[in-house]
Amino acid sequence: MIGWLSRHLQALVFALGRLARAPVATLFTAVVIAIALALPAGFLLLTHSVRDVAGNATTVDLTVYFKREVPLESVQQLAAHLRQRNGIESVAVITADDALALMRKDSSLAEALGALPDNPLPHALSIHPAADASSSTSLGALRQYLTAWPEVELVQLDSDWVRRLDAILLLMQRITLGIGTLLGFGVLAVIGNTIRLEINGRRQEIEITQLVGGSAAFVRRPFLYTGALYGLLGSLLAAGIVHTAVALVAGPVDQLARSYGSQFALQPLGGQGLGLMLAVGALLGLAGAWLAAARHISRLQPRA
Amino acid sequence: MIRFDRVYKRYPNGREALSSVSFDIGAGEMVFLTGRSGAGKSSVLRLITLLERPTRGLVNVLGHDTQRVSVSKVPSFRRQVGMVFQDHRLLAERSVFDNVALPLVVAHTPLRETDKRVRAALDQVGLLDRIQALPGELSVGEQQRIGIARAIAPRPALIVADEPTGNLDPQLSREILGLFCRLRDAGSTLVIASHDMALVNESGARQIHLDGGRVIS
Repeated sequence: MIGWLSRHLQALVFALGRLARAPVATLFTAVVIAIALALPAGFLLLTHSVRDVAGNATTVDLTVYFKREVPLESVQQLAAHLRQRNGIESVAVITADDALALMRKDSSLAEALGALPDNPLPHALSIHPAADASSSTSLGALRQYLTAWPEVELVQLDSDWVRRLDAILLLMQRITLGIGTLLGFGVLAVIGNTIRLEINGRRQEIEITQLVGGSAAFVRRPFLYTGALYGLLGSLLAAGIVHTAVALVAGPVDQLARSYGSQFALQPLGGQGLGLMLAVGALLGLAGAWLAAARHISRLQPRA
Repeated sequence: MIRFDRVYKRYPNGREALSSVSFDIGAGEMVFLTGRSGAGKSSVLRLITLLERPTRGLVNVLGHDTQRVSVSKVPSFRRQVGMVFQDHRLLAERSVFDNVALPLVVAHTPLRETDKRVRAALDQVGLLDRIQALPGELSVGEQQRIGIARAIAPRPALIVADEPTGNLDPQLSREILGLFCRLRDAGSTLVIASHDMALVNESGARQIHLDGGRVIS
């Protein structure tokens, strides 16, 4: 075990030494990898931020608008009746006055509303179905039941925007996956090519090592560590790019979101995200180096 | 130690390098492979060190039928054979210590033992005081002695050398020959390819003379 650790430590130190001896070339390679990793990571972060905001609002509610002439007492009686029904978690009465006050507070139509001679809004109920009655079939049946009431003007099922948001999120996820896959291949190619050049540059050393009995694993090991270190360094830089980008746009995004009454905010990368990025970077580096090493070292035949 | 029995070697380009070559080399022997360029000396060494496999016939080295040694076992086989090259094959960016230590490092020898053996090998070739030097700082003769130190550091049962004095003047060649004789006297088996007949005759060692891929004497 100590021997195994010592061999790996030796290869790691050797790979670190090689990278440190060519700092500019190492940095350029790491920057290319960083840019390739930062783009999908940024997209992923954006998708998560949108999903988090949407996640708080994806519960499908029904809103029942009554005819304007229906008195509040009738609405409250119907609300009490609904609360007894199975599959209903809560029913909130929104009086016409409450609705108007809310609209004045949150809407840019406050001035126009103030100019109206009387309140044009009807009383309404906001119905929150139980979790086990939130299927489209159950909600459709509830909607049909409520529409049949003579006092009801309109029943609105607030699911359309949720479906649209889900579709947008799915699209964003697919785009992120596509970009991530493409750029992941790009990272593999960059690291693979860098390792290929290193192998060619150390051809003589590899041949001599093979001549004195160096196994394929022994010859390959420093290159694998070099690839993993490139990936690790690249992903660390990528995390820095994403962090800086989020910090730069977080303020303006927050202002924009507030102006629309939204609580949307870009989320930072976080410890888990950073760990994931480093792991992905290191694995891509390792895979790229492995491919290059397996392909090019096996072609080197020592000559006596 | 080494047995060639009716060995043929034909390269992919169609050239037949060896034709029905047979000989035996016993443990503790120093044997010179002699002959002109293209006689087949290097092919014999390549077959001994498993850089090539015979087209036909038996090559048995250190008890291994080389035809049966799998690719994955070749490195461990080569660790039992010390190799000395005409062009030294030293790593220019590594110190003398690192160069001599290389076969011990690939064999995963513990650090303390590596240090001990490298110093012993350098002492044997008389270059212990150059342990931290780079190969470029050494003379051609010293570089060849470092190459020999690298070959003997793991204390292999067999040492093969391909034209080890090919680039050296007569004085240095005699020094290297003296070194090989001392290794033989210490119990090592040596197979040396050389076309320097004066040196070979001076050694008094057994010769296997090759011509056109055949053993002449």
